[in-house]
Amino acid sequence: MPVFYEKKQLVAPGDLLAEGDYVPGDSTYKENGKIYASRLGLVDYDGRRVQVVALKAFYIPAPGDTIIGKVVETTPGGWVIDIKAPHLARLRASDVVERSFKPETTDLPSIFDVGDLIIARVVAYDRTRDPLLTVREPGLGKITRGRLIEVTPTKIPRVIGRKGSMVSMIKRETGCQLTLGQNGLVLVSGKSPENERLAVMALHKIEEESHTSGLTDRVTEMIKKERKAVESN
Amino acid sequence: MTSSPIIVRIKKKRITELLSNGKRLDGREPTEYRKIQLESGVIERAEGSARVRLGKTEVMVGVKIGTGAPFADVPNKGVLTVNAELVPLASPDFEPGPPGENAVELARVVDRGIRESKAIDLEKLCVEPGKNVFIVFIDVYILNHDGNLIDASALAALAALLNTKMFKYTIEDGEIVKKPGYTPLPVINYPISVTFAKIGDKLVMDTGLDEEQVMDARLTMALNKDGNICAIQKGGGSGYFTQEEISEAAKIALKKTEELRKLVVKG
Repeated sequence: MPVFYEKKQLVAPGDLLAEGDYVPGDSTYKENGKIYASRLGLVDYDGRRVQVVALKAFYIPAPGDTIIGKVVETTPGGWVIDIKAPHLARLRASDVVERSFKPETTDLPSIFDVGDLIIARVVAYDRTRDPLLTVREPGLGKITRGRLIEVTPTKIPRVIGRKGSMVSMIKRETGCQLTLGQNGLVLVSGKSPENERLAVMALHKIEEESHTSGLTDRVTEMIKKERKAVESN
Repeated sequence: MTSSPIIVRIKKKRITELLSNGKRLDGREPTEYRKIQLESGVIERAEGSARVRLGKTEVMVGVKIGTGAPFADVPNKGVLTVNAELVPLASPDFEPGPPGENAVELARVVDRGIRESKAIDLEKLCVEPGKNVFIVFIDVYILNHDGNLIDASALAALAALLNTKMFKYTIEDGEIVKKPGYTPLPVINYPISVTFAKIGDKLVMDTGLDEEQVMDARLTMALNKDGNICAIQKGGGSGYFTQEEISEAAKIALKKTEELRKLVVKG
């Protein structure tokens, strides 16, 4: 049962990753008992599971994901949301409005209008129908302020860090609130534009250097240095 | 969120809010350009070429020299033609197929700057009046779109022209025959284009993609080496510029084009 690469090695689509009793994970496929990479990325062996963390990839919705989406259309029954996935997602009006919801009387655009950003959770997605969203949980709903940043969806776990170490460090060092969408959109909102800019710089650094180790320390250092430079001006 | 044309409302709010304090999303001053990187002679097989990077925006320009008949109204002048290609890999908004409105506008604005400043001495490109002249093809390829394509393209086009080598030739039986050796293209003026975006009531230069999505209007000025405005293009939607704004823009443009020209024209 050999594996053919070390952890975090760069692999290209079609590279043979493992042979034998392994389970294919993200961005991989199994053929004749052999597991191959299907995307360019870094290989990861986790027990019997073999997966590739793609350097860049589209977001594929999964039930339970918290995502940030943009309202692109209102329909009589609800809203159409762009979640940066291959499909547009739907949010049903009955999810937001109470029992008395009637399509003919309820003014849906007054709740969410085209161009609004919302935080939502994916409740269902099975590749045959459009993903279905909900906002009926605490912390979900319309976003009223903040700055929107895009990172590659596969890098979101790195932004969070081990047990949230990275994201809590950025929050602590910059004093900004960070809302992470699994679809690669991050909402940064802080007290001053300067703080927000620091957080954005940190996010871009993480995205570029996510494959290297000791990143949290380097990002901390960068934020501290930048902040000093700003204060001395 | 660049994949659909709908503007995120809070983004527009944030950009206008910051601008009213004279700040921008990436911390630049309103008239500050992103980092400009310029390389000349990047395409070996072209007579002239240049690549310009403006932040994440990337533009490649190639110049080819051909021969053909002149236009009937100017029989003693060479022909200049500019074409722009928005390649689909540059942005999710660009589609393959024949050039769209934006590509045509981009090509024409770049063309106008070069043509109206008389940057190329077209009379020197005449071989036989009315019959044979040289044609300068300028091809603009957008490799990555992160805003301000016009300035980047115009800058790259000028750099490519300055880099262009004309092959030597003789005429045999009315036909142009190439000879070994090169002469530089007769470039006699150095037009630089700068673009202003109006967001709220503020003028902004070198807009990023975010800012371009929320701008009300856009104004491009091409200035020749003497600091005279030789071409203007207003675009970018139904917004407008007041007379005061245009005079202010012209003043800023004079300074900026001088700075930018130093990058392209050495000595």
